[in-house]
Amino acid sequence: MSLAFRDETFRDDFTFYNSPAAIRRFPFPFDRDEYMYSVNIEPHVKGPVGSVVEFPIDIDEHYVAEMKERALVLQQDPLRCQSLPHMITAEWDLVELLMTSMAESYPQWFSLTRDGDRWHWINRPLEIDQKFTFGDVATLPYPPMEYITRQCQGDFSLLDQREDNLWMDAGIATTQADWSLDFDIGMNFMEWHAPVPFAHQMGVFERALKYLLNLQLGRPVRRLNWTMTINPRLDTSPEQYPHWGKDRTQVTPENAGQKVHLRVELQGLWRLPRSNAIVFSIRGYLASLQELSTSPKWARRLSRILKSLPDEIADYKGLTRHRPLSIAWLSRFEDGSPTTPGCGPD
Amino acid sequence: MPTIPPSPYKSRPVYTGLSWVAGARRHLIAAEGEGALAALDLLAAADADIKSRTTLLYTPGGSKPQGHGAKLAALLPGEAHEFPSIETLLFRLNVELTRANMSTRLYTTGTEGFLGRVVALAQSHGINPMSVVTEHRGSLARRVQCVHCKGFIEGVTTSIVPCSHCGISLFVRDHYSRRLGAFQGVIVDAEVPGDVPAAEEAYP
Repeated sequence: MSLAFRDETFRDDFTFYNSPAAIRRFPFPFDRDEYMYSVNIEPHVKGPVGSVVEFPIDIDEHYVAEMKERALVLQQDPLRCQSLPHMITAEWDLVELLMTSMAESYPQWFSLTRDGDRWHWINRPLEIDQKFTFGDVATLPYPPMEYITRQCQGDFSLLDQREDNLWMDAGIATTQADWSLDFDIGMNFMEWHAPVPFAHQMGVFERALKYLLNLQLGRPVRRLNWTMTINPRLDTSPEQYPHWGKDRTQVTPENAGQKVHLRVELQGLWRLPRSNAIVFSIRGYLASLQELSTSPKWARRLSRILKSLPDEIADYKGLTRHRPLSIAWLSRFEDGSPTTPGCGPD
Repeated sequence: MPTIPPSPYKSRPVYTGLSWVAGARRHLIAAEGEGALAALDLLAAADADIKSRTTLLYTPGGSKPQGHGAKLAALLPGEAHEFPSIETLLFRLNVELTRANMSTRLYTTGTEGFLGRVVALAQSHGINPMSVVTEHRGSLARRVQCVHCKGFIEGVTTSIVPCSHCGISLFVRDHYSRRLGAFQGVIVDAEVPGDVPAAEEAYP
């Protein structure tokens, strides 16, 4: 597969957009016309050619630009990447998982040569050629987790398993939907999900935790989550909320199609071999209402989802202020006709 | 008994009340303000053997006129140490934890912000935070961290508070970090600058 990496921005002048091919493969998360929380976990197995789940780790046309954006965020705020001291083995596990997966799926861009502990990693899109000793932090320019996640799209957290719980004891979050790694690091599964409405009462987290505690090596799982973001801004962290909060007041009936983006998270979970920790990856995809409406089915369905969404969930996701404008913009596609089953486009 | 009912918010700790942990070789108590009353109750239930293995650090805070310190000193001659502030108590606690052996138990009682700081300090010494025995006494005031500038604000009693470091008006979320010993404060008027609701006395 050949692919041109786009030169684009996720802040200031916001030059990000999706090619027609990127829109077609967008992981639209709704398989019906209404939404409620559920434990929507499935095996992370190979999906259709060209889809975002064709490979375990998806690299797309936004790769190089997203890595530049990550470097900018870390330069301003190094606390976006943190790891408690006992997580170093899990960090190396992550290096292995990502390097082997990326090299195997995308040999035209990445290569990994291993001679015992002596590894040679080549990342052609980012022009990196690195020889290092696996397990020796002094041989990499950054700590292992930071090193490899500066070269892989998506936020990552490493979850330690003990006391029948999962503890978010390491992670990197530069493209997050309004949660703070610096605040949440060290919390267990129930604690970091504390602010989510409804789901605790529904028992969603108890069931999900039980499932994940039994996650097996070599049998990763995935789920989709979603929210909406004004402008194609990746860094919607609470830290930066003073900077991006006013975006939400700048949506108008005219510009909603360009400004309002559906933000879908492809969340993947892998058991790690040495540390027995779990990688939790949160890979975000953005598409504007206008881009989505190139599939009228998606426009109709999203409009119906937004109309029927409980106020508490809309509030938690930060949609309250602009939801009516999004619904109004999408209404031009609402002809009352049914939507076909499944998440795919028309 | 704890004065805060069990929390509906799952990131917030539950303070179960002080009682001796049987079998511990050393007992270390950090008490603040009205927490002295919980410590006095605990000591009243102790035999001479337990007392001989107990060290107490106390800072009176707003309770100084009550004179709790003298009562504690009378129950633990030589091993009840009084400090002029939370900072100085924590400095000494850090020393005690550095020197502590296995089979030391930590107990703490006082306002929630104080409990949070003691537990966070214990965690930084490798102590399982769940093993610290806690009892809330005194004000419901919260310790808050500004998520924007990362500064801490002590003794917050209102739902909205200006950050004492960067000046941003913060809404105090019911989201608590044990590692930081603080609730999360997030800007309240990011979307419409200046649109700050009146602060309510929420945590007196």
